[in-house]
Amino acid sequence: MAALNHGPLKLTGCWGKTAERKQGTVVIELENVGYNYGGGELLSDVSVKLAPGSFHFLTGPSGAGKTTLLKLCYGALTPTSGRVRAFNMDVQGLDRDQMAHLRRRVGVVHQDCRFLDHLPVIENIALPLIVAGKDLAQEEANLRELLNWVGLSQRADALPPELSGGERQRAALARSVILSPDVIIADEPTGNVDWEMSQRLLQLLVELNRMGKTILVATHDMALIRAAKKQVQARVLRISAKQLIQAGADL
Amino acid sequence: MSEGRLRKLIVGDAQADRVVPPSGFTAQLTLFVSGAMAFLAVFALALSLASGRLANRWADELARAATLRINAPAEQRLAQTEAALTLLRQTPGVASARAFTAEEQAELLAPWFGAALPIDSLPVPQLIEVIEGDPGYDGTGLRLRLQAEVPGAVLDDHTRWRAPLVDAARALRRLGAVSILLIAGATAAMITLAANAALAANAQVIEVLRLVGALDSYIAHAFVRRFTLRALGGAAAGVGLGMIGVWLMPAASNEGGFLTGLGFQGWAWLLPLLIPPLGALVAFAATTRAANKRLGDLT
Repeated sequence: MAALNHGPLKLTGCWGKTAERKQGTVVIELENVGYNYGGGELLSDVSVKLAPGSFHFLTGPSGAGKTTLLKLCYGALTPTSGRVRAFNMDVQGLDRDQMAHLRRRVGVVHQDCRFLDHLPVIENIALPLIVAGKDLAQEEANLRELLNWVGLSQRADALPPELSGGERQRAALARSVILSPDVIIADEPTGNVDWEMSQRLLQLLVELNRMGKTILVATHDMALIRAAKKQVQARVLRISAKQLIQAGADL
Repeated sequence: MSEGRLRKLIVGDAQADRVVPPSGFTAQLTLFVSGAMAFLAVFALALSLASGRLANRWADELARAATLRINAPAEQRLAQTEAALTLLRQTPGVASARAFTAEEQAELLAPWFGAALPIDSLPVPQLIEVIEGDPGYDGTGLRLRLQAEVPGAVLDDHTRWRAPLVDAARALRRLGAVSILLIAGATAAMITLAANAALAANAQVIEVLRLVGALDSYIAHAFVRRFTLRALGGAAAGVGLGMIGVWLMPAASNEGGFLTGLGFQGWAWLLPLLIPPLGALVAFAATTRAANKRLGDLT
């Protein structure tokens, strides 16, 4: 990528900036949401509010509906009942273009990362900038800084299949924050990495939360949640019997 | 399409172009189909134009000529021929009238009876060529006068066989035009299939692009531009080869008849150059429709 030749780094960190918090507003809200999968009910009467700058973990057994709930939050799925609101907009009422703009405000890290395998890591990370029509030459310093932040400076030109599990997760996290979204949603970000790498990823998420990002992480890694609670004020939600409940001290 | 979108389509965006991976067989299929169809379109165009020229020539030339046939016993043939020529020269609307010589009549019959035909010994009617002036003569009145003054004369204004020939030439021209439309339709169908295959093969790419906030118009544009440029390139190659093929065909001649006249004349050589942009336009419309439908179907 010609526009991304190595050059001097400027630690502007604009990808970490977050819009000024409006106290009392809700970033994402699910109100009595239900979701049916092929006739069977997966989620029922789920209500939750994500406040700006909050940190949430979403837990529950495999197949409980964690990924479904995350997808409902960023409009990849439409609830069969109830209402999803994001940034004071009714998600179900958004047209395709409005939905695309919503996705630019919500960074998503999938468990399987979802890269374009024919593009090098740096272009995958820059993908949200590319599709938003940004001039990559002007964003080069930010990109380099972001790569450095996630520890992938030396892997910028590698193709995604050449990355390890931890590197893929960090690259996906970098891609999710490149447009400086207000919310970051991560689905089992530590599912395929060792303990050391999961701690490193957690550290990145904590740093983002301290920058003011709203974080929602689906995981069934209780040790990760315990480690996080030592660093940030994290709220833990659990899906149980199709319902969303606030997890208690049994963690 | 806005000026900005048209400029982006033509000039392109190097970064956006890289987002969709180059797809193997759909690229080759689009190139081959547009090339082959453009090649065929050149010949259909040549056929249509040649048929049009032929129809006009036959309609124009034959309409002004007629033949008078003198069926009379040998001893009266010369006198009746002279009488008929005199009558014709006095008839308003007849520009000229001329009796065929024995050699000319023998030449006309040579394809059937051979060159050594002793025409004097055969009861062959005398033929007179009549060229119509402008305005023409009154055919009904001329026939009545001939019936009265030259009983053995039969006027043939070629209407019986000229009309079906002209109709046939015009039908050929229509067939050529219909062929071009069918070629355009087949090209659109094949490119739609190729675009659908490319969109289906890149479903995961589309999912990723949507995940990172790409507008559907951005995604569609990436596919549309690629297919439009492939169609343009393939059609340009097909037209080039087709024009060389037409140029290599023998020049028009009386001996060769219709087939040797199959080609372009004068400014008509420029017409095939319209095929590549039209092919690109067909590809643009087909891919835009396919992409919008596919993206609309994906949730």
